[in-house]
Amino acid sequence: MSNGSAFLGLPAFPGAAREAVGNAQLRHNLRKATHTIRSKRAAVVGELDDWEELRAAGKAVKDHTLRHLDHYLVRLEEAVTAAGGHVHWAADADEANRIVTELVRATGGHDVVKVKSMATQEIGLNEALEAEGIRAYETDLAELIVQLGDDRPSHILVPAIHRNRSEIREIFLREMAAWGEPAPDDLTDEPRVLAEAARRHLRKRFLTAQVAVSGANFMVAETGTLVVVESEGNGRMCLTLPETLISVVGIEKVVPTWQDLAVFLQLLPRSSTGERMNPYTSMWTGVAPSDGPRNFHLVLLDNGRSRVLADEVGRQTLRCIRCSACLNVCPVYERAGGHAYGSVYPGPIGAILTPQLRGTTSELDASLPYASTLCGACYEVCPVAIDIPEVLVHLREQVVEGGGHRAERAAMKAAGWIFADPARLARVQRVAGRARRIVPRRLPGPGAAWTDTRDLPVPPEQSFRDWWAAERGRPTTPRSNP
Amino acid sequence: MRVGLFITCVNDTLYPRTGQAVVRLLERLGCEVDFPAEQSCCGQMHWNTGYGKQIEPLVRRFADTFAGYDAVVTASGSCGAMVRDNHPKAAARAADPTLPEAVAAVVPQVYDLSEFLVDVLGVTDVGAYFPHTVTYHPSCHSLRLMNLGDRPTTLLRNVRGLELRDLPGAEECCGFGGTFALKNPDVSAAMCADKVRHAVGTGAEVLCAADNSCLMHLGGTMGRQRSGVRTLHLAEILASTEEFPA
Ligand code: SF4
Repeated sequence: MSNGSAFLGLPAFPGAAREAVGNAQLRHNLRKATHTIRSKRAAVVGELDDWEELRAAGKAVKDHTLRHLDHYLVRLEEAVTAAGGHVHWAADADEANRIVTELVRATGGHDVVKVKSMATQEIGLNEALEAEGIRAYETDLAELIVQLGDDRPSHILVPAIHRNRSEIREIFLREMAAWGEPAPDDLTDEPRVLAEAARRHLRKRFLTAQVAVSGANFMVAETGTLVVVESEGNGRMCLTLPETLISVVGIEKVVPTWQDLAVFLQLLPRSSTGERMNPYTSMWTGVAPSDGPRNFHLVLLDNGRSRVLADEVGRQTLRCIRCSACLNVCPVYERAGGHAYGSVYPGPIGAILTPQLRGTTSELDASLPYASTLCGACYEVCPVAIDIPEVLVHLREQVVEGGGHRAERAAMKAAGWIFADPARLARVQRVAGRARRIVPRRLPGPGAAWTDTRDLPVPPEQSFRDWWAAERGRPTTPRSNP
Repeated sequence: MRVGLFITCVNDTLYPRTGQAVVRLLERLGCEVDFPAEQSCCGQMHWNTGYGKQIEPLVRRFADTFAGYDAVVTASGSCGAMVRDNHPKAAARAADPTLPEAVAAVVPQVYDLSEFLVDVLGVTDVGAYFPHTVTYHPSCHSLRLMNLGDRPTTLLRNVRGLELRDLPGAEECCGFGGTFALKNPDVSAAMCADKVRHAVGTGAEVLCAADNSCLMHLGGTMGRQRSGVRTLHLAEILASTEEFPA
C-alpha cells in the first residue's frame, strides 16, 4: 500500500494519540459525533428481530465469496465486458494509478470529478494524478472540506469529523476560489448555508466534467453491476453526467448475486448512518446506449488483498463493508481521533487492515495492533462479525515475531519463568509482600506510564496461596521444579 | 459439589481478600472448595500482548491442575474468558498432540463466580448483607466474552441493605486493557477519567466489578484523585455478612 504520501513519516500511534487527547475541542467534536451515530445505529438495529441472522448471512456470503474469489472475479469480468465495460487488473497502487492516469489522458481531459472512495485514497490517486497534471475534484461534501483544507480524512463516513462549522466556513472562504466557484462573501457557519455554498461550487464542475472516478460499495458478479450507496446525491451526478466513468474497486467488494446484495443493503445503512435505507443507491451495468457514461472502466485493485486472503486469521478483515460502526463505538478512536491511525482507514478496522496491507515494519504500523484495549465493542457491532480483537492479537504476534520490543520481550520471558513454577511464584509474592511499605508513589522509566495518573496497588502481607496453606494446613506449593 | 478455585495470579498476588471471599461464600452455600496449589497463571498477559506461542506450558498446567473437579470457579471475567476462548486455540497449535483433548475436557467446567452462583447453584440471593450504596462497572470481558449479562446486578440487588446506583456509560471500557495502560497511557488515562467521573457522579460509596484488573486501574486513579470512592470485587460484597462485613 503505497499511499497517501500525506500519511508517511507520522509518529507511532501513542504519540499521535497523545496530541489528540490534549485537544479538548477535538475530543468534544468526536465524542458528540460518535455518540450520536452510535445511538442512532443502536435504535435502528434494535428494530429488527432478525439482525443476528442478517449479520450471520452477511458473514457467510462474504466468506463464501472470498473462498471462491478467483471464480467470482472472472464471472464479474465477463459480465462487465459483456455489458460494454472494460476491466483492468491492478496488482498494486502504482499499477492502479498508472492505469487511471492513462485512461484519463486518453480522453484528452485534465479534470476529473470524484465520488467518495476509500480505495482511491488508499492508493493516493489524487496525488498521482496531480503529478501528471490532472486535477481531481472531490465532490462529497466532507471530502471537499478535507481537500480544500489540504487535510487528511479522520473518519470513513464523516471524513471531516474533526472540523467544526466555523472551521469549515473559514476553509470555504479561503480556498474555494482557487478550485472554482468562490464562496459568497456573506457566508455564515450555518449548516444550510455551508451546504448551499458547496452545492454552487460543485454544480459547474458536474456540468463540465468529462471524466468521473468512483469506487464502489459492491459489485454483483452475476450481472457485472456496480453499486454505490450514498447520502448526498453528488455521487449520482458523477456517475451519470460525465462521458467516461472509471471505477477503482478492491477485489473483495464482489458479491455473487443480487440476492446476496439484498443482505448488505440492509446491513450497511443501519450500521453506518443509522438509517433504515440510505437516500441514494446508484447501480450501473456497463454502458447503456442512451443514458449515462459512454465509456466505463473497472479497475480491480489487489494492493495487498490477496496476501491478506492467504492469512487464516487475518482474512476475515476482507469481509469489511466500510460501514464505520466499529469507529463509532471505539473508546480509543473516540479519544485518539482518526489521524493517529496514520492511514485512510482509522479506528478498529484501520488497526487491523493497515498493518495487513502495509506490513508491520514501520514504527507506526507496528503500533497499530496495540491501539486497542481488546474491549470487544467493535466486534459486537460489526455487521459482518469480524472478530477484530482476535485479528489484533494475531497481528501482535506478528509484531513480536518481527523482533518486538526488547524490554518487553525480557519482561514476558521473566513472567513466563515465574508462572512456570508455583513455588517461584510464591517466593516472588513473599518478596513483594515484604516490600509493601516501600511501594513508591511514582515509578521511573516505563513504569511512569502507570504512576503518572494512578497509584500502584499495595501488595498484601500474605498472598492467597500462603493464606490457604496457613488456614487449611496444606502444603503451600507442590515440589519445585528443578 | 467439589469446586476447584481458579484464583488467577493477580488475585493470588495482589487481592487475596477476593479469593478468601469466594471461599467463604461458596462454603456458606454448601460447596466443598479446594485450592489446587499447582495452578499459576492462565497466560492472558502473554496471549494478549502477542506472546501467545509461549503459553503452552501454562495451558497444560491449567488443564492438568483442574482436571476432575465438578466445577472450576474464577473471580476474574478476563481470565475465565482467556481459558474458555483462547486455551482451545493455543492447544490447537501446541507441540503436544494430547493438549487439545485435555483442554476440551476442562473448559466446559470453567465458570465465572456469578455464572456459577446463578446457573449452577441456582441462587440469586446469597444471603449477603452490605449496607452501602454501590455502582457496578460490568467490565468488557465479563460483559462481552463471558456474557455475564445481568447476573452480577441481579445478585447485587438481592444483597440486604445494598442500594445499587446505575453507572452512566456502564458498557464503555475503563481503559485498562492490560499492557494497553502502559503502551497507550494517554488514551488509557482519558478513558479512565471518564469512567471515574461517571462513577463518582453516581454518589455511590463503592465501585464494584467482577474483575480486579479493571478495579486496580480505576482504584489507582480514584486513589490518586482522593475521590473517596472505594473499589470492591463483587465476590467481597456477596461474601459480606453482619458477622464478616466487607
Ligand atoms: S470492520 Fe465491521 S464495523 Fe468496522 S467498518 Fe468494517 S464492516 Fe463496519
